[in-house]
Amino acid sequence: MRGIWFWIALVAIFVAGNVLTLTIENTFLFYAGYTVLQFVVLATAWNILGGFTGYVNFGSAAFFAVGAYTSIALQKWLGLPLPLLIVAGGVVAGLIGLGVGFLTLRLRGVFFAIATLALAVVLETVVTNWEYVGGAKGTYVIPPDGMLYFDEFIEGLFAVMLLLALFAVGVAKAINDSRFGRGLAAIRDDEVAAEATGVPTLRLKLISTTVSGALMGIAGAPYPLYVTYVDPVSAFNLTYAVNAIAMPLIGGTTVWFGPVIGALLLGVMQQWLTVVQLFEGAGQELNLLVVGVMLVGFVILAPQGIVGLIRRLFGRRKA
Amino acid sequence: MFSIDLLANAVVAGVLLGGFYAAVALGLTIAFGQLDVVNIAHPIFIIFGSFCTYVAHERLGLDPVVTGVLLMPFFFVIGVALYSVYYSSFERRGDDALRGLAFFFGILFIVEVLLIMTFGVDYRLVETAYIGESIHLGGVGIPFRLLVPFLVAAVMTAGLYFYLSRTFIGRAILAVSQDRLALQLMGADPVRIKRIAFGLALATTAVAGALLIMIQPVEPSVGRLYIGRAFAIVVLGGMTSISGTFVAALLLGVVESLVATFIGPSWAPAVAFGFLLITLAVRPAGLFGR
Amino acid sequence: MLKKFTRRSLLAVAAGATALTLALTPVQPAQAADPIRIGFSMALTGGLAAAGKAALIAMQIWAEDTNAAGGLLGRKVELVFYDDQTNPSTVPGIYTKLINLDKVDLVVSGYATNMIVPAMPVVMSKKMVFMALFGLAANEKFQYDRYFQIMPAGPEPKTDWSGHYFDLAMEQSPKPTTVALVGADAEFARNALDGARTNAEKKGLKIVYDKTYPPGTADYTPIVRAIQATNPDVIFVASYPPDSAGMVRAANEVGLKAKMFGGGMVGLQFASLMTKLGPMLNGIVNYDFWVPSPTLKFEGVDAFLKKYQEKAPAAGVDPLGYYLPPYAYAYLQVLGSAVTAVGSLDQGKIADYIRDNEHDTVVGKVRFGKNGEWATPRVLMVQFQGVEGNEVEQFTKEGTRAVLYPKQWKHGDLQYPYK
Repeated sequence: MRGIWFWIALVAIFVAGNVLTLTIENTFLFYAGYTVLQFVVLATAWNILGGFTGYVNFGSAAFFAVGAYTSIALQKWLGLPLPLLIVAGGVVAGLIGLGVGFLTLRLRGVFFAIATLALAVVLETVVTNWEYVGGAKGTYVIPPDGMLYFDEFIEGLFAVMLLLALFAVGVAKAINDSRFGRGLAAIRDDEVAAEATGVPTLRLKLISTTVSGALMGIAGAPYPLYVTYVDPVSAFNLTYAVNAIAMPLIGGTTVWFGPVIGALLLGVMQQWLTVVQLFEGAGQELNLLVVGVMLVGFVILAPQGIVGLIRRLFGRRKA
Repeated sequence: MFSIDLLANAVVAGVLLGGFYAAVALGLTIAFGQLDVVNIAHPIFIIFGSFCTYVAHERLGLDPVVTGVLLMPFFFVIGVALYSVYYSSFERRGDDALRGLAFFFGILFIVEVLLIMTFGVDYRLVETAYIGESIHLGGVGIPFRLLVPFLVAAVMTAGLYFYLSRTFIGRAILAVSQDRLALQLMGADPVRIKRIAFGLALATTAVAGALLIMIQPVEPSVGRLYIGRAFAIVVLGGMTSISGTFVAALLLGVVESLVATFIGPSWAPAVAFGFLLITLAVRPAGLFGR
Repeated sequence: MLKKFTRRSLLAVAAGATALTLALTPVQPAQAADPIRIGFSMALTGGLAAAGKAALIAMQIWAEDTNAAGGLLGRKVELVFYDDQTNPSTVPGIYTKLINLDKVDLVVSGYATNMIVPAMPVVMSKKMVFMALFGLAANEKFQYDRYFQIMPAGPEPKTDWSGHYFDLAMEQSPKPTTVALVGADAEFARNALDGARTNAEKKGLKIVYDKTYPPGTADYTPIVRAIQATNPDVIFVASYPPDSAGMVRAANEVGLKAKMFGGGMVGLQFASLMTKLGPMLNGIVNYDFWVPSPTLKFEGVDAFLKKYQEKAPAAGVDPLGYYLPPYAYAYLQVLGSAVTAVGSLDQGKIADYIRDNEHDTVVGKVRFGKNGEWATPRVLMVQFQGVEGNEVEQFTKEGTRAVLYPKQWKHGDLQYPYK
């Protein structure tokens, strides 16, 4: 019965988010919030493969960019509305995820990670040379003034990303609690043993890579509208790959809310540091330094992420 | 557009460039291939080496190669220290390589920012008497700017190869990547051996940095461009093999050069990494793996 | 147990929200004596940081100069800026923060097209004047009438960029007949190449090589050899600093022969590259926006450069500062003089004033035309002549980079052919 409260909470958060867009004047909050939520989706998506199944994806930026470029191409070609673009971005990125899934047949551990990295480079080169979507020159996507019942476009975009984030979290939670999720965990812990005990490892891995890829594509699909100008260098930016890995690690990789905590913490931190002069008179590069130090500090001091840290404290208190 | 002359030049240029790539990747073969440490910060230390070389060249007039060699002990110490932190925080606890990966991502950012703060963000390059000159053998031109890095890389490869196969510590390093228990029975402390090996890996970045700044202008974010390339070479080379790394680097250099000459440079990375993808899919142990 | 965690995670969210509110603390409403705040994003880290930091120094000098002269409208000016990390996705947020929370009175752009465009929708929705720093045709899609761009690339930036290069080439004898186009796979370079292609076709030149390379390329000798194999008369290169250096060195090593070589090579304006490449530069004809030349001694430019050059070494940026910094100073100069002339911060009136008048700046007289670009292009074609050794001094002298085109600014003669 406890499960039902989770879904009610998701709906409540979505409604609350919508109310916020109507009551809060300050649109900066929605720009910042959009970015943070986008990382919630990316981190959650990465974690389905990386945390649940144990396959490290180095190329999250590529899946994100595939979503973004699918939406650019289809908007230009057919003029599809945003919801369809998001679905399409998810489908194309999911198909690429499926392809990556077949790589897991032969590649494990770091080899798989390197393969995803290579895939990212190949995809970036293809997009760079694809003139229809602007190629290396980049392309302009001019957002409309408003959306649905929102005064400002960014408020609508924020609500969309909120919905996507809740969707991603919902998917992750459903996987986490299901037999399917337990199968993935078995693969993560010992793939050979899992295979031997009758877990259909290939099928589970294929579903896992597909879902993970699709969610990343979904995160990327609205990006062109957010940033107005997209070129391969920014869409395939290393930041996405790094954050997609760092956030779940900081939060905790074994449960669905680990990446959410990590993404909220690191994402809010990054947004805050972007617009704050931390040290009077010092260069702002110190902000980037803080992110680096945080990353190193967390993985050393909290090996199981924040979730693990809390668990440890909680366990000790009980004992 | 095809001619024998172009082909010969493309192959030679590719081999020379590949030599430099080998210098970039060798340390990673040790750290990543042999020690299983996913040191994604490897390229940023190369950039650090480049900036040290630049300063030594500007202030003291030292030749880049000399600086690179002189820096090695210093980088060795950094490597030993870094591995000690890594070992006590991750490896000893038996944590997966994933956390280590995040750790090195953090190190990458930290070092990059420290470089920006110390050296600024302007492009730096060094100019020596031999840069810009070339020798001509038949129709093939060999620029010193690429020949010197190639030779240095070849010497470093040979040196590492013999060190690892002929000395006690070297063999112990090879053993640690294969059979830890046997090593302990031999009476060597695996952690100490690994510390030395990682120090060695970082020491190669000092030389690679010196070579990099001879070849192209350097600023702190250039390092990111070499992450993919370096890892690709290590994997192609079969992960643990020094000679395999060298050959894979040459191969990558030649492929890039041929594509740039005859098809269009724009496709060079796709061809190189597509090659890697196919290799991984068909022969996961790399081209020269066991 | 799960419940406990959810509560904890809520705590984490709350902590995050608190952190965000800290950043959001609203600024007190402006009073007459408060400074006029000018907001912008600038690349202080990442790939464009070298240029961004140099621009920032120039802008700070403008603020100092203006405040020393009593400020604007009797109020001091204050620069409010954030690091965009050379990452376009930070830009929309930064500009909303600047406008909504910092309540800046005026906004200007960060450096280069990729960082300008993401700010456009935000600035446009507030109907603010937007002075832009080195955007290449960034307003073409928006056609925002309060956008003004200071780089002198002319009303049709993509073709005007290389127009003078081809004009110059076609005036020479023997007349060139073939051209090779090469450049980096990135925004500016690809646009410049498109323009060059149009220009080459217009002049009846035969295009014998037309390829791009990825920005991370380490060695350029294969590319230069492939170009040489097509034996072009004119070679137009659109490149960024690392590849510019790579192309110049490779050209020397290969012994590249052509009648004209250069065009759109970014980076050959910076002291760090010029001093290192030294004599290899001789004969190259490249674009520039300002060089020491008797024809380009605009009022205030020397005084500005002196101040800039005092500050540059500490920041580790280009010690000469001829290329971008005077324009970074000038775009604020235009804005400042418009505010003074209008006598208020009325964005519409400021925009009208900027649009309808000619402005005296350290980069000369500026008049804006179509899409807020310069009404007439002033992309200078300069040739490196008599460079010896690696001393920086020689680049401060007139004639080391002889101004060849347009004729209005000409001071020196083209050495033709290149090699």
